Amino acid sequence: MMQYKGWEGFVPGKWCNDEVDVRDFIQHNYTPYEGDSAFLAPATEATKKLWAIVCDLTKKELAAGGVLDADTKVVSTLTSHDAGYLDKDLEKIVGVQTDAPFKRALQPFGGLRISESALQLYGFELDPSIKEIFTKYRKTHNEGVFDAYTPEMRAARSAHILTGLPDGYGRGRIVGDYRRVALYGVDYLIQKKEEDKLAMGGTMTPDKVRDREEVSEQIKALKALKEMAAKYGCDISKPATTAQEAIQALYFGYLGAVKDQNGAAMSIGRNSTFLDIYIERDLKKGIITEEQAQEFMDHFIMKLRIVKFMRTKEYNELFSGDPTWVTEVIGGMGVDGRTLVTKNSFRVLHTLDNLGPAPEPNLTVLWSKRLPIAFKRYCAEISIRTSSIQYESDDLMRPEMGDDYCIACCVSCMKVGKDMQFFGARANLAKCLLYAINGGKDELILDKKTGKPMQVSPEFMPITSNDALDFEDVKAKFDNMMTWLAELYVNTLNVIHYMHDKYSYESLEMALHDTKVRRFFATGIAGLSCAADSLSAIKYAKVYPIRNEHGIVVDFRIEGDFPKYGNNDDRADELAVWLLKTFMKKVKSHYTYRESVPTTSILTITSNVVYGKKTGNTPDGRRGGTPLAPGANPMHGRDSNGALASLESVAKLPYEYSRDGISNTFSIMPASLGKDD
Amino acid sequence: MTGRIHSFESFGTVDGPGIRFVVFLQGCPLRCQYCHNPDTWDAGGTEYSVDEIIDRVLKYKNYFGDQGGVTVTGGEPLVQIDFVTELFTKLKQKGIHTCVDTSGIMFNGASEASVQKHEKLLTVTDLFLLDIKHIDDEACQKLTGKSNKNTLDFARFLSDRDKKIWIRQVLVPGLTDSEESLLRTRAFIDSLQTVEKVEVLPYHTMGEVKYQKLGLAYPLKGVETPTKEQVANAKRILSEGR
Repeated sequence: MMQYKGWEGFVPGKWCNDEVDVRDFIQHNYTPYEGDSAFLAPATEATKKLWAIVCDLTKKELAAGGVLDADTKVVSTLTSHDAGYLDKDLEKIVGVQTDAPFKRALQPFGGLRISESALQLYGFELDPSIKEIFTKYRKTHNEGVFDAYTPEMRAARSAHILTGLPDGYGRGRIVGDYRRVALYGVDYLIQKKEEDKLAMGGTMTPDKVRDREEVSEQIKALKALKEMAAKYGCDISKPATTAQEAIQALYFGYLGAVKDQNGAAMSIGRNSTFLDIYIERDLKKGIITEEQAQEFMDHFIMKLRIVKFMRTKEYNELFSGDPTWVTEVIGGMGVDGRTLVTKNSFRVLHTLDNLGPAPEPNLTVLWSKRLPIAFKRYCAEISIRTSSIQYESDDLMRPEMGDDYCIACCVSCMKVGKDMQFFGARANLAKCLLYAINGGKDELILDKKTGKPMQVSPEFMPITSNDALDFEDVKAKFDNMMTWLAELYVNTLNVIHYMHDKYSYESLEMALHDTKVRRFFATGIAGLSCAADSLSAIKYAKVYPIRNEHGIVVDFRIEGDFPKYGNNDDRADELAVWLLKTFMKKVKSHYTYRESVPTTSILTITSNVVYGKKTGNTPDGRRGGTPLAPGANPMHGRDSNGALASLESVAKLPYEYSRDGISNTFSIMPASLGKDD
Repeated sequence: MTGRIHSFESFGTVDGPGIRFVVFLQGCPLRCQYCHNPDTWDAGGTEYSVDEIIDRVLKYKNYFGDQGGVTVTGGEPLVQIDFVTELFTKLKQKGIHTCVDTSGIMFNGASEASVQKHEKLLTVTDLFLLDIKHIDDEACQKLTGKSNKNTLDFARFLSDRDKKIWIRQVLVPGLTDSEESLLRTRAFIDSLQTVEKVEVLPYHTMGEVKYQKLGLAYPLKGVETPTKEQVANAKRILSEGR
């Protein structure tokens, strides 16, 4: 006899033996599916009507200039708003961020300035009482960071050699295990957290005190989550007993997170196969039909599509739009060799047909050579039709991460509920190379006081000769400059995440993690290919510096040709590998906040354009202000040996040095993939 | 031995079966009005040895699968037939599928030396993509500057030696798309024994910018690309003969 009604019919295991272990539950209970998509059901009338409401609101939002409505005086918390609906009678899965759909929440804990200017941008005014509270009585993360920043950190930030730092907004990238809400019910989770807190005894070191305070915050957040669900007439204190309840409870977990945090990326995890277990149970009992199962999923996905945050124009420019990165990973293979594809993997992709294509949620298929062929075909079919699926290599990530990891944002993998990360934006290595040449003086920015080029790093020996740049000399100087940059970068992030934990702690998301959590310190690199090509130009061609009136090298004259990253030419590709390994080793040599594990990513998917604007002429011939390449891409137009050569260059970057992910943006015309017959 | 190379494509999917490494050879005796690679006409290019190219190809062997391999095109690759033969000999030793994309213009059935060279090439070539520019000799001369005799002779030569052929026809509205000439082409194809496939390549204008860069006048200025219907029609005639 199972402890809870919600667990009846499930195969027991460690998961229900006084533990919180969702993976164990999945492994004992899921049904791999190797068949095709023929079973899928079309959108119901209710789904069509609801989606029409969403489309109508979207049109109105566009007409209103990008934001339909925004809260100006109620600070968003789990329980700050009453229930809101699209159409209460039709919705099978309920819950919006405020008391009405498309009404954006006020979330100032990350930083008041961004909240205020975002409101202004769209014609709203922050309520004076909120401004008073958050300036006089309640500090924000943003204020905390700037209280602790050193002058050097400020300089590196304003020169944009460190860039996109989450110091004025929510860091995001933390993915709660929202499945726990459905499987265990909130009361059980509270009980487990109480037990964890009780075990945190002994000497009250600052770390221990913080841990105890955080777990207390987590418990409060779980209690608030119950209260939030109650506003919608739902009781989530006990395990979900049906598929609809399970999807609803899981979604409430996520909804609580987005009410609490306006993070840069608010991903949702790995849920479809978990939910399939509930759907299969209901289908077997005969209490739902396939049409209903699909309807639940359609309504769930619809809710994820209308997650919205209040953000500034600069922010949207940085990310080319208004993304939320509600990443949901699908499929993959289990470590026991069974596929994790279930019927619900198909249903979640089928929402792209039933509701039409959409960029969010960011449906991400974990691709393996061994995925069932019918699923591969279905993915290809949907990709061709909608261009709305992201693919990532399960075969690459599984050996390290097991088979219950998710993706935060676009490429950062973490074990669900076991890992979290401190998002660290990126360091611009192309600009760092220019600093190496100019002894740490910025090539674009003048010091406001002296009117001379701004000295950002300590004064390093610049290159003084006007002869062709000497590769070994530049490389040694670059190495030194990276040593400086890596230390400054790590320390800047240490400040940022200390303050985020202190003033904008993700109590609900962390309540849905193990108390003893593994933390990643997720640094990032921008301008990799530009820096690699620049080194290659210096090594294989002749590159002469051109100076301005201050003696700063602001341009280069290149004689001869040189190998370029992106052509599967080891001479250039090895330089990119050297850059990554060298920088990462330097990052690793420093203390990282809360004993986090240092990782790095190469994934600027859109922000490369903005970073390029802040980077002067580079020795590879790139003009100042023009974009850097996205992620680990070769520089635009320099890969002249076709797609495989380009991809092979990227594939040489060692994943073990870039564990937070490597992205390569790749477009191809359907016709160049071959002919129909 | 070295060859004069225009460029490489590591992910060729339209010149022969599967995923192919494509070698563009420099130099061509034809001046097809619709040519989209006028930059491969002259005798320039970069010299590469056979071994250098083999090294490049081997980096992609994993992608070739059951069907893919190497295609040489150009330009007219058989201007450098000795080089192609040596390259293919070494590729066959590595078990790699080989394919030539040619107009057959270099084949001279009356010359024993030419026949011998082509015989030798056949022994190391798995597939020929043979481009019939125009079935009508007069029209062909106007279109390309040369007679189609060598091309048609070469097709027969391949068929007689049991070599697989894919026939290709570039479809240019007003120049190569008359029903009469398509039917004649089909009749010619019917006289061959080893044609596996017939491909219609719709004329496109992506080469025009290259003419500008080379300072050449674009011969087909104002000629429209064929419609989907025109392409389907030509495909039907060439494959079904009606």
